[in-house]
Amino acid sequence: MNMQFRPGAAPDAPGSIKTAIADCDIHPARKGGLKDLYPWMAKRWHEHLEIYGKHPYQGMMEGPPYPKAQPNASRRDAYPPEGGQQGSSLSFMQQQHLDPNNVALGILCPLQTGQGIRNQDLSAALATAVNEWQIAEWTSKDSRLKGSIVVANEDGPAAAAEIRKWAGNKNFVQVLLLSRNVEPLGQRRYWPIYDAAAEAGLPVGIHAFGFGGNPITASGWPSYYIEEMVGHSQCQQTALASLVLEGVFERHPGLKMVMIEAGFGWAPSLSWRLDKSWERMRSEVPHVKRPPSEYIRDHIYWTTQPMEDPESRQHLFDVIDWVGWDKLLFATDYPHWDFDDPSRVLPPGVSDGNRQAFYLDNARKLYGIA
Amino acid sequence: MARHVVAPVAELPPGSRKFITIDDRPIAVFNVNGEFFGLMNRCPHQGAALCEGPLIGLAQSSDPGTIEYTKLGEIIRCPWHGWEFDIRTGQSYCDPRRFRVKAYAAHVEPGATVVKGPYVAETLSVSVESDYVVVDL
Repeated sequence: MNMQFRPGAAPDAPGSIKTAIADCDIHPARKGGLKDLYPWMAKRWHEHLEIYGKHPYQGMMEGPPYPKAQPNASRRDAYPPEGGQQGSSLSFMQQQHLDPNNVALGILCPLQTGQGIRNQDLSAALATAVNEWQIAEWTSKDSRLKGSIVVANEDGPAAAAEIRKWAGNKNFVQVLLLSRNVEPLGQRRYWPIYDAAAEAGLPVGIHAFGFGGNPITASGWPSYYIEEMVGHSQCQQTALASLVLEGVFERHPGLKMVMIEAGFGWAPSLSWRLDKSWERMRSEVPHVKRPPSEYIRDHIYWTTQPMEDPESRQHLFDVIDWVGWDKLLFATDYPHWDFDDPSRVLPPGVSDGNRQAFYLDNARKLYGIA
Repeated sequence: MARHVVAPVAELPPGSRKFITIDDRPIAVFNVNGEFFGLMNRCPHQGAALCEGPLIGLAQSSDPGTIEYTKLGEIIRCPWHGWEFDIRTGQSYCDPRRFRVKAYAAHVEPGATVVKGPYVAETLSVSVESDYVVVDL
């Protein structure tokens, strides 16, 4: 029988995963831009935003420096039927993603939150509003979803105060930072954030991107978006090296961090280089008491999307053996265009126990969700 | 091979596409400048509804700084990861060895031929005065 296919819906192949999963990188969007946050911001900031706007560290423009490969960097089939940009409708997110993909735990990672702007009071006000908005519009309406505490990343004391305000609140399961800040993330201006997160018993998620005013590469601005896409793993490496070498994990032996959307295939090679240099230059950083690779293995979790995809599946398994099957957190990046479909990411040849850890159990354990 | 009547030609003007399911297979039929193409609506990469993506041209380069842009409107670009396929052949330009999307021949038949069969068109009433888009499956 010929029949009209339902427009906007996915065909039957994806979304047919049977077992429950955790999605550790979901991007909720706002229907009406910054105005959606006004209910949780003082009138002073409404007018400030309308008169002056946000003033980012990054020069001359407000948006991302590279045009994205799909509208709003998102799947073209993810526009909600009622209008608004992809990711702005909870009901459509449920219908298109959470329900068919059997998402039992979804971690919200809001972007465009006021991180990386120069006015620190405005940054803090936006962070507070985004946190309230996550509860009001998302976590209170769908118990599968958990929020990330967004903070004014360049203002350590304000960020720490925001974390302490929400500590113990079950709507939030981590603190969220971006990888690119004004300085490398291990530096002391950011320590109040780690102190407060450790005190609250919350992991710190570090998502690729950020607006610290520096180019995506360590050697200047590249020409193409594809260079930004691969540059995220380079930025993440400098952030992670800084965290290890400044002694953040020595200071907080119980602190966990999550590397979000920056890959994990580079983890062994970075660790090998760090260890080799540390053996020769240990006296430069005497506060780093163990080989750097040990901190990385003990403290770091990795979200999977965009999943490494080598020609030989054995290469993937070798990398995962180094990183640890207990350290990977499945993520889709919904609704963004480089979405990973849960039924497609793992090649055959993975034990049931490792699959279960990869898709759900690691996330439940890390985020304390029974 | 069964032949399926998809729509009256008037329902598929140039620039339009129609999504249908034939034998449980999601298929899209395109009219590109009066030519008709049928394509499986499922990306061989990760399974997205491929044919909901935009139709673009094929950018190729013989040397840095030289770009040839051909096959205007004949390359379907996946709404998820942007994989590109030729709607004439289903060929992938990134990885033609591993990935191909199934292409189905689509063409126009006059109603007089269609009513004689053998065609499958349960949901359409066919009249001899019209022309129809037919897909071979």
